[in-house]
Amino acid sequence: MPPAASNMPGAPEIFRVFAKIGITSFGGGLVAYLRDALLTDKKWMDEEEFLAALEIGQTLPGLNSVNVAIIAGRKLAGPQGAVAAALGLILPGVLLLLVLGILYDRFRHNPNVAAALAGVAAAAVGLLLQVTLKIGAKQFLKLRDLCFVLGTFYLVAFHHVSLPVVLFLVAPIAIILCRPSKPKPNT
Amino acid sequence: MKDLVKILNVFCLLSLLAVGGGSAVLPQMEHETVTLNHWVTGDQFATIYSLGQMAPGPNMSMVALIGWQAAGVAGLIIALVAFYLPSSFLTYGCSFIWDHFKENPWRSSVQQGMAPITIGLMLAGVHAVGKTACLNPSHSTHFNTITCTIALAVTGILFAKRINPALLMLLGGVAGWFLLRAN
Repeated sequence: MPPAASNMPGAPEIFRVFAKIGITSFGGGLVAYLRDALLTDKKWMDEEEFLAALEIGQTLPGLNSVNVAIIAGRKLAGPQGAVAAALGLILPGVLLLLVLGILYDRFRHNPNVAAALAGVAAAAVGLLLQVTLKIGAKQFLKLRDLCFVLGTFYLVAFHHVSLPVVLFLVAPIAIILCRPSKPKPNT
Repeated sequence: MKDLVKILNVFCLLSLLAVGGGSAVLPQMEHETVTLNHWVTGDQFATIYSLGQMAPGPNMSMVALIGWQAAGVAGLIIALVAFYLPSSFLTYGCSFIWDHFKENPWRSSVQQGMAPITIGLMLAGVHAVGKTACLNPSHSTHFNTITCTIALAVTGILFAKRINPALLMLLGGVAGWFLLRAN
């Protein structure tokens, strides 16, 4: 890690920048917020570095946004930077959630609150459905992919096949079906 | 104490299995926290999920509220740490050696193969939350018609127009308050 350069931000500055995203990112879409902050505002990363970070973040387990924060923080200030970035991103939302949770616990038996929360919960289902359909658009149009989409859905939703089973039994089949073709000579 | 260990185990496992983002672990999380461990009811799970979608920051911070319902403040902290730390450690470590894998042809096979499975898991997530939030057998048909309509309206609006989802969820709350409170 090269935190020696004087223009590199320290952990407090990193925390502040990520916490700003953590406070303002109502409604999700954090990767776009991260991109704006890291590329446009602060110029802490260039496009290529950001895309590489996103690629790692999407491939490895965990939330994409948190993973990108970890990688960006590490690049800027080593382990402290990674911790500062992740905490900045996560903590503000957790504090607000805690307030919402306390209010929910206190008022959930009030019929007005219960009715409003039922509406919010229904809207959240609609949101997740839209996100799923949107990012899955390509998969729904390809027969083999569609079989895996529906097969996974059926096994998990109706037979409670556990996630480890899906990831260690179904996923390898899908991956092998997509295996790299033999390298052609001289291409 | 036994509960805290259980919370730790459940969320650590979910953390490392959260391939393709947080929504993919939703069905497993629902199964573990509602059906197996009874930390929250199905209704609470759906509500906590929707609060997590509305709040700023990573949407899966909702695990904090599940931990809190299960075992108070200690549960909250353990759930958060268990859900975020393992995957973060993995990412931190792998970011050093990533360049070695970048050119590996299997990497795109993994991505292509995993994509439909992630979508299937997310659909199962829609089912996991929707079976209490939209099609709840303990509510009247009238109630379920309204909740389904709200959900599908949100889906439709988001396809038609770029609107901040948090705003739509607030609108869903207003619609719920207006249409559902008599039920």
